[in-house]
Amino acid sequence: MHLGLDEPVRECQYNQICTRNSSPMETLSHKKKRTPRRKWQIFPGRNRFYCNGRVMMARQTGVFYLTLVLIMVTSGLFFAFDCPFLASNLTPAIPVIGGVLFLFVLGMLLRASFSDPGVLPRATPDEAADLERQMDAANGSSGPGYRPPPRIREVVINGQTVKLKYCFTCKIFRPPRASHCSLCDNCVERFDHHCPWVGNCVGKRNYRFFYLFILSLSFLTIFIFAFVITHVILRSNRSGFLNALKDSPARYPLTGREVVVCFFSVWSIVGLSGFHTYLISSNQTTNEDIKGSWSTKRAKNNYNPYSYGNVLTNCCAALCGPLHPSLIDRRGFIQPDTPQPLSHSNGSGLYPSTQNHTHMCDQEHCIQSTKFVLQAAATPLLHSDPVMMGRAGPPPSGKTSLGGPCSSLAPSQPSLPSSMPGLGCAGDMLTLRDPDAHCHHHHFVSPEEMPSPLGPSSLVLPFAAHGGHLNPAQLYDPASQDSLHEDSVRGLVKLSSV
Amino acid sequence: RPEPNRKSLEGAESPYCPATFHNLQELRHSASLANKVFIQRDYSEGTTCRFQTKFPSELDSRIERTLFEDTVKTLNNYYAEAEKIGGQSYLEGCLACTTAYIIFLCMETRYEKVLKKIGRYIQEQNEKIYAPRGLLITDPIERGMRVIEISIYEDRASSGSSSGSSSTSGTSAR
Repeated sequence: MHLGLDEPVRECQYNQICTRNSSPMETLSHKKKRTPRRKWQIFPGRNRFYCNGRVMMARQTGVFYLTLVLIMVTSGLFFAFDCPFLASNLTPAIPVIGGVLFLFVLGMLLRASFSDPGVLPRATPDEAADLERQMDAANGSSGPGYRPPPRIREVVINGQTVKLKYCFTCKIFRPPRASHCSLCDNCVERFDHHCPWVGNCVGKRNYRFFYLFILSLSFLTIFIFAFVITHVILRSNRSGFLNALKDSPARYPLTGREVVVCFFSVWSIVGLSGFHTYLISSNQTTNEDIKGSWSTKRAKNNYNPYSYGNVLTNCCAALCGPLHPSLIDRRGFIQPDTPQPLSHSNGSGLYPSTQNHTHMCDQEHCIQSTKFVLQAAATPLLHSDPVMMGRAGPPPSGKTSLGGPCSSLAPSQPSLPSSMPGLGCAGDMLTLRDPDAHCHHHHFVSPEEMPSPLGPSSLVLPFAAHGGHLNPAQLYDPASQDSLHEDSVRGLVKLSSV
Repeated sequence: RPEPNRKSLEGAESPYCPATFHNLQELRHSASLANKVFIQRDYSEGTTCRFQTKFPSELDSRIERTLFEDTVKTLNNYYAEAEKIGGQSYLEGCLACTTAYIIFLCMETRYEKVLKKIGRYIQEQNEKIYAPRGLLITDPIERGMRVIEISIYEDRASSGSSSGSSSTSGTSAR
């Protein structure tokens, strides 16, 4: 219905835009005429989309398939080998309950994995410019080379002072409890952690699914574990224990393996469920708990301003609260006149002169081509000193992990030591593709937001690791060009004092 | 779906009114985008959706303070209603949980219903109050609920040089 109306209108739109285009855009609008694109196709984060934007997952999904396989194989074995015996000897309710539990577990897992965790869309260029203006005005005049103060806003929530940090990637001030996931390269609301087992971030929108998944999985593993043991015991009562074990491998070859898998799963998953039950009842996120944001060890009168004070209310709010809609509108069609957010990963990692953003408006192209010359002149003025942002962060720590299988990669952990500012931009940049762009990118990406390298060895060779991360991803080129463009514009505005 | 009068000036980027793009093209022929004002979120009450009611100075000459504040307060009330945790939301949550959230394939959540109400309200406000004053409110959902974006238009005949590029960053100003 909505789509039908869009098509003829869009044809008119494209015709009108064509007449005003400069030449680089004409080929693009021709492309657009053929296939109307959906917003997920130009999504700037590092996510994968399936089913034409209906399914959204993180980039690394290998462990998720492992989770699926483990659950299905263990349950499959249970239903195939133990249930017939138990159904006939005890009660047929056992496979029925097991089946319901299994389906619920699968449903919750898929829901947690495939849904949008609460990603905050990046700022449109106008918004970003407006924020930059406000920050410049607040900071007063700061010439090049002067270290700008950290971009932080403070807000008082329920009597507790909370700091809102500025996200350099998304160009927004993060709402309270939001955090930037370095693996998915998105800001996520009420960020809990990035779960590799689920193949997605866990945030505001899918936390309840995640919690119900681990809770029901605990019940399922305990259920299977208990009834497999029951099966062995019953069998051994009949024919002696050793015979039962002997029969087991012969007739039911994998019962032993089931037990082993279940045994280890039970402890880790039950432990994780218990931990998250504690988090829900105190209305904290894993992120906050690990950082000790509301712990009394930090400050005497530190308390959690989001808690409702009552365990029951906290639980109800987390599990039965309203389900927020997705903010990123993955399946919407791209309308050419809407300002698109500053994107990093459009795949067009080209050099400035031949750059072709599909989502950048044509006016900006006209402006950009004329300003590129000025940009080249302005750049050395603005970026003469390598200035690092976000120095005031928690001390570098290795990857922290919970007792359970879900090792939460706390995104705010700076994986690069504070010796980074000392490294000159020029020397190490020779290895990277676009020196100016990356140099600039370093200036504006705080250590917290760099993709966290794997393992503590990254601390030894921070730059190499970082370079290694940036190299395969030509993702940062367009963004840094945007930032360069904006900065050159700002510089020009200041110079020309308009 | 809210599509009353196609000739009227509505938020061009609203997904509910695809045909308004024509009207905004016409608007752009006669008026040019001068500036955009962003009303930021107010987090003083936690993470619930609220916008600041502080009157921005750029709108001083364009609209009365009370009208603006009324609009923002009404929007805040709508969002509070959407996010309210009470009897109805518990019922909805428990029902959804027992059906393993399959029920949301058929039924839309309360939040989505309120968002539609908000869309209609903003449209109505644009028609009656803001467009006659050369302003246009963009639904916050289009901007990820971060800001209320108010576009300020100026009549091309009255403004001498094109004011589109001089203001913010010159991007996406059409």
